[in-house]
Order: sequence, then structure tokens, then C-alpha cells
Amino acid sequence: MDIQNITLIPFGYFEEVFLKSISEAVKHEFHFPVNIKEGHLDLSEFYDPIRRQYNGTKLLREIDSLFSSDTGKTIGLFSVDLYIPILTYIYGQAFLNGRSGIASVYRLSNERYGMNIDDKIIQDRFIKEVIHELGHAFGLIHCYIPTCVMRSSTYVEDIDQKSANFCFSCKNQIDAGLSDL
Amino acid sequence: MAKKISILIVDDEESVRDSLYSWFIEDGYRVECAENANKALAILESDTFDIILADIKMPGMDGLEMLRRIKFLRSDSIVIVITAFATVDTAVQALKDGAFDYVTKPFDPDDLSHLIRNATKQISLSEENESLKKRVVSLENVEDLIGKSEAMKRVLKDIESVAQSSSSVVITGESGTGKELVARAIHSNSTRKFFPLVSVHCGALTESLLESELFGHEKGAFTGAMYNRKGRFEMADNGTIFLDEIATISTKMQIDLLRVLESKKFVRVGGNKEISSDFRVICATNKDLKSMVEKGTFREDLFYRLNVVNIYVPPLRERIEDIPLLVDYFIKKYCTSMNKPPATIDSSALKRLEEFSFPGNVRELENMIERAIVVGNGKKISLKDLPLEKTIISNSIESLDDLEKTHILQILNKYSWNISRAAKALKVDRVTLYNKISKYKLKPAD
Repeated sequence: MDIQNITLIPFGYFEEVFLKSISEAVKHEFHFPVNIKEGHLDLSEFYDPIRRQYNGTKLLREIDSLFSSDTGKTIGLFSVDLYIPILTYIYGQAFLNGRSGIASVYRLSNERYGMNIDDKIIQDRFIKEVIHELGHAFGLIHCYIPTCVMRSSTYVEDIDQKSANFCFSCKNQIDAGLSDL
Repeated sequence: MAKKISILIVDDEESVRDSLYSWFIEDGYRVECAENANKALAILESDTFDIILADIKMPGMDGLEMLRRIKFLRSDSIVIVITAFATVDTAVQALKDGAFDYVTKPFDPDDLSHLIRNATKQISLSEENESLKKRVVSLENVEDLIGKSEAMKRVLKDIESVAQSSSSVVITGESGTGKELVARAIHSNSTRKFFPLVSVHCGALTESLLESELFGHEKGAFTGAMYNRKGRFEMADNGTIFLDEIATISTKMQIDLLRVLESKKFVRVGGNKEISSDFRVICATNKDLKSMVEKGTFREDLFYRLNVVNIYVPPLRERIEDIPLLVDYFIKKYCTSMNKPPATIDSSALKRLEEFSFPGNVRELENMIERAIVVGNGKKISLKDLPLEKTIISNSIESLDDLEKTHILQILNKYSWNISRAAKALKVDRVTLYNKISKYKLKPAD
């Protein structure tokens, strides 16, 4: 697969400035052209009324079959609450070394945890999650370096602890993977 | 390099299997899935997993029955049971049957991470425990290398210089000289000391048994192979394998061994999966491998592969000056282990030990002292406590006269200086015996 670009597809409303900041951060980390494309999906098909959440596994498959291409990596951006059947929630998911991933902003806002609204924090957290899922799509597994963006995060506080950048080792793995293509 | 943890997921719901699979793959684990208990047990017959995540409610065999079977196959398996139908009874039953933990789905991502972290911590603690136990045993045994003689100093110097490398070593020396102790000393002073030292006595096993012992076997590989078994090469990963009596292995085994030493890869008997293991080889023999190579009974390529460094352990008769130290050490060792008061040795008994040839070397001396501590009733070991009568071939004896003198004295002592009985035993007449006593100036002991 000859990677030529990264595509971000927002499903639902995201402010343009917000999307632009994500796009720039992704471009800075991966050095690929980043496109933002509009996408439309009937999310009701993925809604579980008992859990009142959206099935992330099914959504990821749908994104992969409808919006992905062999020449790039595609990330679906959502503002709904995602889950996978075994877990109560997820921030995002991706096919390891695959073409696509998903990430949701739903659980990243401060006010959901009884704290003051802070748009900058949401933006920073979402940037990290999008880069994290893209990292999986580029074949990276979770990293144990505390500041590496590939460190596993199960709470928003974990996301705040890490940076939006790859550690030296993860960066090398991505570069090595790309040179093998 | 950290070991890659393997996880087997057993659940009848595809969506649950998929969710867990993708979650664990992102964490870098090796993951496999099975949709029911029978398939999981079939997978476990040919593969091993560090952690098994199993649903309780499944069609056919349920998770609890599967848990019991897994524990029967491999008691140290870590099984975590998951279910959507949590009841206290099933949770208690699962834990009683040996489950590591019990969770109700769906659970928080953090709980899942925490659960796996605890399980992997348990695995690494168990492995560390095993490794430390072996290390303690090794260090205790290294103390057995006693001696201040020049010959022993050379051995200790060789051990020191070779320990830090990963080169193959051949230890030569007569039986009972302590070749295995030298191997333990090399291992304990090497960077591999926190990993196992695995010993194999090649001479004690038939060719097929040795093959299974070294390479392991798969279930059903031969009659009686009821379960998969790890081989000694696999067990020695990151550590050292000690092959004793290497000269006794068959020609076929020599070829197999050479291949493993060159590639550090092998396949279990009856299996087809290639296994890698990083081990160091130390061999020992009381035979002359070089002359066996010349005679064609030992492969030359294997000889050179093994004999990168050679350490010769001298027989006890070549280091007589070490005997008092060894005697003192063995007395302390056996008095302590038998809970007896500290003993000493009579100077005449020690002198006789120093004159003894010790065909069985240090092992024979150790056995003698152990016996003396057991049978002796005093605080001092004397001549009568030592079984030396039948084997007096002192290295101080050089002439026939010396030999004759020693033998006549032994017989006279045996028959309490009864001349008639001693003469009869020696098959000479009494006059001849008197003449010999006079010639050698023999006297009864006090």
C-alpha cells in the first residue's frame, strides 16, 4: 500500500477551526497531506437503545468499507458515545496496520466530569486520540513511554498526561514501516 | 527483550471475541479466539497461553467445566472468567475451581487493563520465583568448589575468565572430580545467572528418551506422550544447558545437537512448529573427546562447536594439599545437616586420607566423611570410622618393598597380630612372616 494522504471525515457537526487544528497537528506528526472530507451516515443503524450508545466495531467496519482507500489512512470523527460489546465505552478504535479508524470527542469534555468547560483541553485531547488511532492504523501497538501518544489511555486524565507526539521508538517504527512499502 | 504475553479468548458471541481481540492486539499481545470450550481445549492441546479469558455461559460445555479441564491440563494457567449473568454462587465456584479472577461484562476499559496487568504481574512473579529458586540452589552449590592448590586455582581462574562470555565450554576430568560444580560456577558467575541452569545426564537416557528430554514432545508423539512437554533446550531459554557425559550420545543425536547449536532453533518430537531458544551450552565428559574424534566415534564438527573453551578438573590425587580443606568442609556440612555437634578429624586418619589414591575423587571423599559422621559416635573421626582397608594404594608407595610392607601390616592389623592366622592369610609360613616383620621393622599400633 503506497500511502499518499490521511483523510479525516467528520460525522456530525465540528467547528471548522477545530477541524483545522486537528488536521495541522496530524500533518505535523505524520508529514502527509491531510484532507478533510464530508461524510454522511445514518447513525441510527449503529445505535443500541439499551446501552444508549453507538457500536464502535460496526461503525469502524462501515467506515472501512465505504470511505477508506488503499492509498491512505482514514479516520472517522464522531461526537457520539462509542462502545464495543465487552467494554462500557471507548474513545476510539482502529484496524491495526489497516486503512481506517474512528475517534469520538463525546467523553473528552471537562463538563462531563463536573469540571469547567475548557475548549482548549477538548481540542488537545481529541488531537491526541486521532493521532493515537492513526498510529494503530500505521501498525503501532500501545507504548509504555508515559509521554508517547501511543500510551494506552482509559481515562481523560491519562490522555492529559501524554503528549501529542510519538516517542523516538514509535516514530522509528512508523518510518521503518513506510520504507518497507 | 520482554516476553510477549499470549491470550486465548473463549466466547460464543462473535462481537465479544472481536472486541476483545482488537483491544488486546493494540496492546501488543498474541491473541487467539475460540467460539466454544471444545475448540479452546483443542487449541490448548497444541499451544500454550499465559492468560485464558473464558465466558461462563456457552452452549455445550460451559466455562466452569472448561476451567476445571484447563486446570487439570496445566495447573499454573491463569484463567479469568467473564459473564453477563453474575451470581455470587458462580463467582465463588469459579474461584474455588482455580480461576484467577471473575468479571461481569460489559466492564470499564480501565478494569480490563487492570485485570490483565494483575495477571501479567502474577506470571512474571511466578517466573521470577522459579528463577530465584534455581539461582539460590546454584549459589549454594558453588561453595562446594573447595581448594587452594595450584591446580584448583587454575580451574577457578578459568571459570572466572569464561563465565562472562557465552562461549561453549567442555569440562573434562575423571568421574567425581566436580565437573557439574564447575558448570554451576560458570553459570552463577555469568550474565545468565537469573535464568535456569538445566542439567541433562545424557548417559542415563536412551536415544529416544534423550531426544524427547532435550527437544520436548507434542501430545501423541509416541505411546505415553499424553501431554505436550517442554524440552530442556526450551527450559534453558536465556540460561545455560549442562550436558553431562556428552561422549555417550549416539551419532544421530550428535547430528541433531549440532543443528540446534548452530541455529538455536528446533522442533518438538511429533511437532512441526519451530521453537527458538537462547541458551549457553556447557558439556562434561570423563572421556578423551579428541581421541574419539580420531577414532571416528565423535563428530569432528560437533567437537569443535562444543570445545570452544576447555576446562580440565584435576583428580584429587593431583591436589593432595586440598584434602584437609575438603575434609573440614564436608565435616561442617554433614554435622550441620545431621544436627550433630561439630567434629574434628584425628591426625593419623587425615594422614591416611592424604595417602589414599581416591579413584572416586572428591565424591568418594565426601561419601567417606558422610559415612564417618553417621557411624562415628564421638567428636573426633578416627581411622576406624573410615572405610580405607580395601583400597590402600597410596601414591607414596613406589617400590615393591613398600607395597609388601603396607600389605603385611594391613593383614597383621586385621588379625590383631595373630601370626599364625596372618601367615595363613598371606599363604606364607610363620618363619617367613617373622623375617618380613623383622626386615620392615613392623610393630603393632598402640
